[in-house]
Parts: sequence; structure tokens; C-alpha cells
Amino acid sequence: MSEFQPKIIVFLCNWCSYAGADLAGVSRYQYPTNIRTVRVMCSTRVSPDIVLELLKDGADGVMVSGCHPGDCHYINGNYYTQKRVELAQRLLKMTGLEPERMRLDWISASEGEKFAHVVQEFVTKLKELGPTPVKKDEKLVTRLQAAIDASRYFRLKVLTGKEINLTTKGNVYAETLKIESLEEIMAQAAEDEYRNSLILQLTHSKPCSVKELAKEIGEPTDKTLEHVVSLRAKNMLALDHIEGSTPKYKAILIGGA
Amino acid sequence: MSEEKLRVGVFICHCGTNIGGFVDVPAVVEYAKTLPDVAFATGNLYTCAEDGLSNIRNSIKENNLNRVVVAACTPRTHAPLFQSTCEDAGLNKYLFTFVNIREQCSWVHMKEKENATEKAKELIRMGVSRARLLQAQEEVQIDVIPSALVIGGGVAGMSAAISLADQGFPVRLVEKQDTLGGFVRNLGYVWQERQEALTALKTMIDRVKSHRNITLHLGSTVVSADGFIGNYEIVIETKGKQKRDNVGVIVVATGALEYIPEGLYGYELYDNVVTLTEFEILAKNKKLPKMSSIAFIQCVGSRGQDKSYCSRICCNVTLKNAMNLADNWQNMLGLEEGGKAAEGVSVEKAVPDEIAERRRGRRGRREGGAEEAAPGSGPKLDIAVFNRDVMSYGVEHELMFNKTREKKVRFIRYTPQNLPKVSLENEKLTIDYWHDTLQLQRKMTVDMVVLATPLVAQPDAKEISKMLKVPLGQDGFFLEAHVKLRPVDFATDGIYVCGTCKGPADIPEAVEQGLAAASRAAIPLARGYVQPESLVAFVDSDVCSGCGTCIEVCPYNAIRKTENGLAEVTIAACKGCGNCGATCPENAILMNHFTDNQLLAEARAALEEVKE
Repeated sequence: MSEFQPKIIVFLCNWCSYAGADLAGVSRYQYPTNIRTVRVMCSTRVSPDIVLELLKDGADGVMVSGCHPGDCHYINGNYYTQKRVELAQRLLKMTGLEPERMRLDWISASEGEKFAHVVQEFVTKLKELGPTPVKKDEKLVTRLQAAIDASRYFRLKVLTGKEINLTTKGNVYAETLKIESLEEIMAQAAEDEYRNSLILQLTHSKPCSVKELAKEIGEPTDKTLEHVVSLRAKNMLALDHIEGSTPKYKAILIGGA
Repeated sequence: MSEEKLRVGVFICHCGTNIGGFVDVPAVVEYAKTLPDVAFATGNLYTCAEDGLSNIRNSIKENNLNRVVVAACTPRTHAPLFQSTCEDAGLNKYLFTFVNIREQCSWVHMKEKENATEKAKELIRMGVSRARLLQAQEEVQIDVIPSALVIGGGVAGMSAAISLADQGFPVRLVEKQDTLGGFVRNLGYVWQERQEALTALKTMIDRVKSHRNITLHLGSTVVSADGFIGNYEIVIETKGKQKRDNVGVIVVATGALEYIPEGLYGYELYDNVVTLTEFEILAKNKKLPKMSSIAFIQCVGSRGQDKSYCSRICCNVTLKNAMNLADNWQNMLGLEEGGKAAEGVSVEKAVPDEIAERRRGRRGRREGGAEEAAPGSGPKLDIAVFNRDVMSYGVEHELMFNKTREKKVRFIRYTPQNLPKVSLENEKLTIDYWHDTLQLQRKMTVDMVVLATPLVAQPDAKEISKMLKVPLGQDGFFLEAHVKLRPVDFATDGIYVCGTCKGPADIPEAVEQGLAAASRAAIPLARGYVQPESLVAFVDSDVCSGCGTCIEVCPYNAIRKTENGLAEVTIAACKGCGNCGATCPENAILMNHFTDNQLLAEARAALEEVKE
């Protein structure tokens, strides 16, 4: 049996990292054949849902690479890259898939050697972790789908997009937030949105009770009840039927599945 | 949206053996034929050569191709060529996909042909998946500000500035020193006609100073440069004062420094051990010590000793100085007046030039270039050149090498395993060396040792590289877009490079490069507009909720709210980074040519086999 060869998707920004990868070639730095690169104009283009989709689809690892902070061809695109990657990793952690399966690196156009080194390092790491468990774990796929939904959801996107202004310029009332408190809000929001999305995912195909949901999510029943109530208030979840004395809920699908 | 059936053509390049030697191209071609919607697939020896390009053009027409995939080198150098080839055959250039199987495959997997071949197949599968989703795009034209910034006032920068200014474009020339001339100011004589370097430079400097199209900023640095081809906003700082301006193009000509041979051959330990440039400065200022023997040591700190590269020019510079010394040493050492020997010179009697010349001529004829001059035959200067091999490249220089040998300059070869040693014995500089021809350990006492050290990159090249977002190579020199095909362009449009900041060069080469960079930079300036790629964001007003998050993240203020409160992209200002697209909370922003679907399809194609 041959050694496990991880399949890695690498997003490279056109200006720094793609050029860095080219330089690795021009300089003939040899590295393993495991990576498949996708060129984007800026690393900021890679939204968390794209990364999560690929991990759900069976990539053993996903790497995003852009210009060094302060060097972004698009001024500060890579600042947002970092925020997006942090969010993706935060959500990954909640799904139970190793967050190390996604990594972010700053690689400049002159860092051919670093590119080869980073690839080698990531391949070694993924070989340690072994093949992605998604193919054998349907529940993990459901959780990843919930993470994708959460990352595409309005609240997390707004928080990621407005971070700089909220912490520096302030909101319309000129109130600025401390970066730490925003981090806290972000962490809470990610958790809430992920759980809401997971409830919707779980109740998608078959109605579930609060107790069943709480067990699946791994949190106290009263916490889950809060999410169920808030989802019902948003008209995203409906009471399907009552089994004995237990209400069972089902996600409301808008515009088909 | 086109209703026609997809017909993808795949062109796979051997690039001679660059790809063909490490990837089984015929197998990849066969594989490509099996991919969905691929109507045509072929291999080319060199896809970028004319027959490769005409093959693309003909195949598009013959096979009614409506998508083209080229698997070859890197889109960073060759995409425009293949895109225009597609356009020649009537195919919108946005229906073309580039797959990199050289820089990111064959060159980095040179020892595993089988795996490299598999990877190439998958990369092409990814490219085809992307190509199938591509849409034709129209491009807009953006005006170019017809002025240039040249950074560096050495011979390369001055040549570029004069050329651009002569073509009628206003030029800002920024030099961090207080004088023009750069490295060449150090030099005593320039080659051939033994003209003083500064005299040769003066014509150029006067031209720069008096040119009405050149604004000179001495003692200044460029502290920031933002923007893109046609419109760079630059800030020049002069002694704390900042000046803002907009220019269309930037030429980088920041030059190089000489390597300081710390700890090598007694440098800084003994007086009279100097670098080649220091020797030139001493010679220029008539400050050379009185001496009767001198040794040059070549390749100090270069070719593997510290720096890996050969600095190219030092052999010729040493030949120039050896030749000058041989011909003109009395003058150079200040011995020319009245035949009076200066103190400390072991000459019996210094003689007037013409007599010395006659004597040398006689000796040369009599001995036919033999090793030693006959004792008692008058004053002389012994010149020895310790070398690994003399690389007197160029048409003139090899002849000069021969002439120098005729002048009885001794060329002594050493190997990297047996470096000569410089020490002080009985107050005399002594070179201990292994004579390769005689197979003997020999000693030579000399009055001066000159170390030929390489040119090295400027330390501030790093900052300029960061500021302009242009790459440096391993040795810290700037890296051109393509070593052969685009030697004075950077990969970033609108920025050009010339002179020793991209590697050691002599004066004519630096001038050539300066002129070349100027002629490249003049293209967008003369045309007056650029047509940037149509990689812009598009807001779907049916989905947009007007939250304004995209406006906050856009680094170019390219998104504004319309009267009905929804977002709209200003195409000329949008640079297609995709920040808004990834941010939009309603997923209402589509990134032209890099849509979510295109990216996902490309990446997912790599995972297909994993799923099986």
C-alpha cells in the first residue's frame, strides 16, 4: 500500500504568492506534487464558504496565500483575508474537523524558497493528520454544511466586513469598539450562527425535538431551546408535529431546497 | 448567454524539454481529449512560437472552438500573448484559460515524472472545468498620465530619463545622493579611450540638468507610490519636505554597491589591501601609494565564496586597470615629473615616459612576453592578476586581455581549493600561492593588493521592492518579468527596471538597458490609454439590500450608492480584487471572470478522483 498522499487546494493571489510559486519553479526548488493551485487576483477573494465547501468536498487541506501584511497589491485586501481565514477556522473548530487542515501564509513574489518550504511543511502536517474524515462521516458533512451556511449568513459577513471601521472610525453614532470586544462579539456570533445553521440542517430532512437537537449539537437543552425560539421568530423553523408530549421541529425551506 | 454547445480546445506545450522532459506530454494530450466538452487537444513543441500560435488560430477556426485552454508556462508572462492569439481568431480573450504546468509543475517536480504527469493532467482538468464556465467580457479604456518617474540617477537612470524626456514626456528623476552619476562617479577611467569617467559622465549629467522636460530631485527618495499603470500617485521626499505628483509609469534604476570583502585576504587588516573600486578612487585622486609591484585577486567573495554569482564585469575592470598601469604607471603613481623617483619606490631611476616606452617595447620584442624583466633594465611595475579564469567577455575585451598579456602582466591561476593567502612578512605584503602550472608553492611580495569584489544589491532595494510591489531575486537584485523576453519589464504593468539594480552590468550595458526601459515605458505614454483587464465587480441590484458593507471594504472607493440606495460599481476605478465580492452579506456581488462558480469548479475538478 502506497503512502497516503493528501490532496491540497492552494489559492494564490496573482501579485505576490502566484509569482512566488513561479519563482520556486524558476529557481527549481523541488516540492511534493500534492498541491493544486487556483489563481485569484487577491487572497481576499477567497471567502470562508469557498474554503469550507472544498473541505466538505474532500480536500485534505486548503491553503490561502497572499502578499505580506502591508504589501497587498490592493492596499489592505489581505487584512480581510486574515479575518476571513480566522472565521473559517473558528467555524471549522466547531464542526470538529481539524482546523489545521486550512492554513494561511504570506508569501511574496521573491519568496520562492519559502513557497516550496511551506508546501513541504503542509504536506507533512496533512500526512500526520491522515486522510480527511469527511468521506466516512456523514454527520461531519452536515456540520460542515452548517458552517458554510453560517459563513454565508448576513451577520458574520457584515461583522467581518465592517471590522476596520467599527474599531477605528466608529459606527453612525461615532461609537468605536475595542478590538477585544469585537472579537468577543465575533466569537459569539459565529457560535450562534453556526448552531442556528446546524439546527436548520438537522431538521431539514426529518423533524427533530429540542432534546435530539441538543444532543447532536452537544450543548445543554435550554441553550438549544433559545436557538429554536429565535429561529421560529425568524420564520425559519416551524413546528412539524407533536410526538407524545414532545414537539418536533422542521426547517422552513424558501424557494425549494 | 450563449446557447451554443461548448467546444474546448486544449493546447499543451512541451516547452522543448522544460515541460516535455519531466511530464509525459503525449499522455496528457490523450487524457485531455477525454475531458468533458473537449473538442480538440494537441501538443506543441513551443506553443509560444509562431507555429504554435498559428496552430491555435487555425484550430479555433477549423474546430469551431469557443473555449481555449493552454497548458504551458505561467500566465504572468505569457497570458497576453495567447489571449491576443485567441482574439486574432475571433475568440474573446476572456474565453481563454491558462494552466501552469512549467513553473508550478515540471520545474518543481523534476525527479518524479509519473507524479508530475498526473498533476499536469489534473491541472488541465481544473483548467477545462474553469474554461467551461467562462463568459466573454468587454474592456474599458483608461487614460494614461503622460509622465514618468525615474528612480536613480546613475548612467542607467539618466539614460532612461533623457530618452523619455527627448520623446516629449515630463520626467521626474529622483536620486538619493546629492550628485548625479551613481557608481560610475567612483571610477577613474572608462575603458578604451582612457577618458576620465567624470568627463564621460559630464555630457550626460549636463543633458539631464538642462533638459526642460526633466525635473531633478537630488538628495531625495520616493517614499510612496500607489496606483496602477497610467496613474501612479507618488510622494517624493527631499530633506523632510514631501512633494506629491501623479505619473503614468515608473522606471527603477537604483544601481548597486560593491561587496565589502570583510576578513578576506587581509582586507582592513593591512594597509594597501583595497577593493577594485577603492583602487579606482585612489587612482582617480592620484593618491596611489608609491610602489613597484601590485597584485589583483579576482573573484573575491563571488562565485561561491559568499555570493553565488559571477559579477561579470570585474575581470574586464581589472584588465582595464592592469592595462592602464602597464602603459601609464609612472603617471598614475605621480612619478612623471622630471624623472624624479618618489620616496620608497624601489626603482633605480624614474625615466621620462617616452624612454620607458621605448625600453618596454625593446624588452617586449626581445623576450616575447617572458616572465621577468632583465635586471637593471630600469624602473618597472610588476603587475600580477590572480584569477580562477579570466572571463573577458565581449568582442573588445578578449583582445584587451591579449594586449594586457603582451604588456607583461602576469596572470596566475588559482583554484577555489587553493586560495592564495595574503599576509605581512617583514613589513611587506606577501602572497602565498600555489602555482598550478609549476605545481609549486610560491611566494610573492607586493606593495599593493587589489581585491576584485562583485557588485551587490543595494540594501534599500528591499524597501523599493515592497513599495512598488516588484520582486527581488535570491541575491537581492530586482527580478525582471522574463529573463529573455521581457528583460526590462517588471511583471507589474507600468514599472520597468534597468541598470545594475537588476544585476552587474558595465556602462554600455547600463545605458542600453536605460534606453530599453525608456522605450518600453514610452509605449503606454505614447498611446495615451491602457485597456485594463475586465476583471471587475458587478452588483446584482435585484439581490443588493443596500447595506453598504462593500463600500466600506473597497480600497479604491469604486462602489457608491445609487439614488435608490443600492450599490453600484464604478468600472474605471474597480481593480477586481474581489474584496467586496467575498464580503457582500447578500452574496449579491459577482466578480467578473473570477466568479464563485468558476473558482469552485476549478478547485473541485482537482478533487474528483478523491471522491471516486
